[in-house]
Amino acid sequence: MVIAIGFEGSANKLGIGIVKDGVVLSNCRRTYITPPGEGFLPRETAQHHRENALVVLQEALDEAKVKPEEIDVVCYTKGPGMGAPLVSTSVVALTVAQLWNKPVIGVNHCIGHIEMGRLITGANNPTVLYVSGGNTQVIAYSRRRYRIFGETIDIAVGNCLDRFARVLKLSNDPSPGYNIEQLAKKGKKLLKMPYVVKGMDVSFSGILSFMEERSQGLLGSGEYTPEDLCFSLQETIFAMLIETTERAMAHCESSEVLIVGGVGCNLRLQEMMGIMCKERNAKLFATDERFCIDNGAMIAQAGIEMFNHGWKTPWEETTCTQRYRTDDVEVIWRD
Amino acid sequence: MSTEFQGFELIKQGAEGRLFRGSYLGKPTIVKERFRKTYRHPDLDDYLTKERMKAEARAIVRSKAAGVRTPSIFLVDFERRRIYMEDIKPSITVKKFITDSLLGCSGEDALGKIKPVALEVGSIVGKLHAHNIIHGDLTTSNMLYSISEDGQITVTLIDFGLSHVENSAEDKGVDLYVLERALLSTHANADKLFPIIMQSYKKANNKDSKTVLDKFEDVRARGRKRTMVG
Repeated sequence: MVIAIGFEGSANKLGIGIVKDGVVLSNCRRTYITPPGEGFLPRETAQHHRENALVVLQEALDEAKVKPEEIDVVCYTKGPGMGAPLVSTSVVALTVAQLWNKPVIGVNHCIGHIEMGRLITGANNPTVLYVSGGNTQVIAYSRRRYRIFGETIDIAVGNCLDRFARVLKLSNDPSPGYNIEQLAKKGKKLLKMPYVVKGMDVSFSGILSFMEERSQGLLGSGEYTPEDLCFSLQETIFAMLIETTERAMAHCESSEVLIVGGVGCNLRLQEMMGIMCKERNAKLFATDERFCIDNGAMIAQAGIEMFNHGWKTPWEETTCTQRYRTDDVEVIWRD
Repeated sequence: MSTEFQGFELIKQGAEGRLFRGSYLGKPTIVKERFRKTYRHPDLDDYLTKERMKAEARAIVRSKAAGVRTPSIFLVDFERRRIYMEDIKPSITVKKFITDSLLGCSGEDALGKIKPVALEVGSIVGKLHAHNIIHGDLTTSNMLYSISEDGQITVTLIDFGLSHVENSAEDKGVDLYVLERALLSTHANADKLFPIIMQSYKKANNKDSKTVLDKFEDVRARGRKRTMVG
């Protein structure tokens, strides 16, 4: 029986969660929300995490009804992510590990998403679409690594959505992507925009520039409504994601798909993926905002897998890194 | 949505559409039907399907002129979203060839077996780029390996749906990046394969391989930079 606590703070969410043998006991979170038209910057985000860390930690312990001495291992996000928020969160994790005299495991954020998705949905060996504000990857497991088959060659899909939300001055509460999704439901008219797929890779920067340049004109002339633009953007970029996922599935002969990451809780994306899966007799696995969006439990879950296979991060290696690729991690817990 | 038509048998559902095998005008034929993808908006689906059928037909003709083996096109039916093309047989995908070669073989032996095929792959990609054809989806699933009785190896390139004609080093660099990444994720010995491929690529595309390789390095660097934020 292993109880792990996970600390996540790689972007604008601070999450602390406790997992006991595949059961999530608590999963507490605070999100740093910026005013409409603005994104989050490293310094202010780190400050947000510092200010909230102890409150969220107490909440996670209380909710899980777990005493510090019952915890077996402390897990934290080593990377990838923004430097300052990563460090401010890891300092808390490392401090409690010292206070409670527990081993530490540094976890790759992307691996956390994948392992959480597998735990919650029961997917066995899925092709993974990992879509968030910082990452867009199509991943499949082989030879002890989560291999990246396709990814964005410039900005992440969530970054494209967030920055488009800034163009429309949409609220960042609860998240810009959520507000785009709500508006898109009322959109009807499809605007033709670049559609950029290169094999299993995608590109979003051209689409973003296109939208940034034309949105004001299209709205001003009354030709398109904000709803239409949100609808058009979603339909286009999601179609690109589904297409590359399907290509990776065909290439790997896979019949399961798992969607993880913050953008993964978009219901339209899930719906489109579901249709694609049905057409090829595949199965879709997806989760909701509790587990899709960055959280502490996912770091704990990946940490448990590593801990159960004898892994501990040596103290001198308990650092953070902004760049940490999914395929850098040797997946010792799978065959 | 028709899944079968007279004399044709469904063999596979690929990423782009369904593949059927049969006979057309007495020749062994593969039909690729890009059926309606209902997950995407109908306008977007019509547009993409039409563009890709055009791209595929065009690039295949151009590639033949460039001396690259591709299936011959027999018929393009926009109405039914089908392309009728030559069935290359007997053949297996290069992906299967590499995977099979690695089975029960030491790394060195397998590499010796794969090397001529890798050189051929580099040479055909080089020829494409020398003629400004960007394939757009270079993976080992999209290359067919066949060997004649006298041991002559042929690699046939298929799936040109994402191709376009472009003289830019950037696009060629991205094409190579796609190939490298597909190799790395699929094959255990990719780190040894790719340099062999590049060796013959440079020969086949000596005209602008230097600028393309510089761009390729740029694209790679961009890929690495992009992992900044989780």
